[in-house]
Amino acid sequence: MSTCTADETMTVAASRALRDGTSCFVGIGLPSTAANLARRTHAPDLVLIYESGTLGAKPDRLPLSIGDGVLAETADAVVGVPEVFNYWLQPGRVDVGFLGAAQLDRFGNINTTVIGGDYHHPEVRLPGAGGAPEIAASCREVFVVVRQSTRAFVDRVDFVTSFGHGRGRGEREALGLPGAGPTLVITDLGVLRPDPETGELTLTELHPGVEVDDVRAATGWELRVSPDLDRTPEPTQQELTVLRALEEAR
Amino acid sequence: MATLTTLADAVADLVRDGDQVALEGFTHLIPVAAGHEIIRSGRRDLTLVRMTPDIVYDQLVGAGCARKLIFSWGGNPGVGSLHRFRDAVQHGWPVPLEIEEHSHAGMANRYVAGASGLPFAVLRGYTGTDLARVTETIKPITCPFTGEQLTAVPALNPDVTIVHAQRADRAGNVQLWGITGVQKEAVLAAKRSIVTVEEVVDELDPRPGAVVLPTWAVTAVAEVPRGAHPSYAHGYYERDNEYYRSWDAISRDRGAFDAWLKESVFG
Repeated sequence: MSTCTADETMTVAASRALRDGTSCFVGIGLPSTAANLARRTHAPDLVLIYESGTLGAKPDRLPLSIGDGVLAETADAVVGVPEVFNYWLQPGRVDVGFLGAAQLDRFGNINTTVIGGDYHHPEVRLPGAGGAPEIAASCREVFVVVRQSTRAFVDRVDFVTSFGHGRGRGEREALGLPGAGPTLVITDLGVLRPDPETGELTLTELHPGVEVDDVRAATGWELRVSPDLDRTPEPTQQELTVLRALEEAR
Repeated sequence: MATLTTLADAVADLVRDGDQVALEGFTHLIPVAAGHEIIRSGRRDLTLVRMTPDIVYDQLVGAGCARKLIFSWGGNPGVGSLHRFRDAVQHGWPVPLEIEEHSHAGMANRYVAGASGLPFAVLRGYTGTDLARVTETIKPITCPFTGEQLTAVPALNPDVTIVHAQRADRAGNVQLWGITGVQKEAVLAAKRSIVTVEEVVDELDPRPGAVVLPTWAVTAVAEVPRGAHPSYAHGYYERDNEYYRSWDAISRDRGAFDAWLKESVFG
């Protein structure tokens, strides 16, 4: 095994989830790194859409923000912000919404707004929603990439910034949300998917060198484990080489 | 017709205490120099509107210019938090800050309604989220044709919108290109507008994808080279990512921020 960090395994696993030829609405940070890795490895025709209005961006380095000039220079089209949300995201044209989270709960709801206290007197004020609520609502499916810890993986988020599966299967349909919501959560320890019956996030894959107890210890609810638990294939040398080159050029 | 003037005169004439003020520019072309001019002019009780408050509103909030913030994502892009904004929300320092919080889609549509002369905009948004619970300006609405439940958000019509652009001609026609964000909508939604530009030129030769704001849609134009720094101006200079990183330490500490204000804004 080539030695690599848990973050690298997470980013590689997240990049592999993106299929070539699909379109992906990319959040900044971990999702953007993984999406750019995918485009440089197995998915050269992955269409990257950033909320700054850059459609089909092909950056030659990792953008620090969602509005970096390199995105506009390399995009198939640059449109205004009202257009990217109204014409491109809202009608359900985008295959995958790729998001991060400060807090994620057992049913895949995302919080990036406030932690602790109440909304008007929070213990920690986070940046807020950005494009995420509508990305989570309108993309055909949503992938979340987030480091796993009991602080981040909670039974119930303090604030629902972006709706996942509410408190269980059927809630999205009842609310009329068009997309399937979170179908995949990739962490630095493994991969979780919503249970087909209940919608509860369930451990379906372990990263190399990680055991179920490690994941349980980093989860703030009683984690269910799939009977068909898989092992994530180790990152290849090529994946790591490309990822490290991206990070270094940042 | 737009008046060609200086930034100091434009802010003195057009930005008043208690105004609702929007400084727009989505990562690109953020009117940072205009923000500093507002701080220098000592304006108070402003309602600041901006999708991504960014460093420029962290500075205005930290300097005590704002009473309220209407926004959708208040972070330091690619770096982390805006600590002056956090300090104001969590501890009321230097003055309490009321917030009205939306998503990007909601804010963009609020500007579109404002630019369109409509009282509100309709979108498929906020469904199932707690934003709809805590923000008064998010309401359900039923489509009169299909019966579908949708979301309504009210128009934004700022007293003043300020944007930065690459160029204007001597008649005050403004041209901007690259990532154009919501600048056109924010200017057209506003009662008054100020555009700072990298340069004033004799003729605006065409640029791919450019947005042109005709002089009769703008109140004042001021030439302010590097007026978007540390954000960037496509074709002029790149984003100063190091500045965004270094802002983290300055904004974390009230003393460091005050020292920065004295040196960089009032110095």
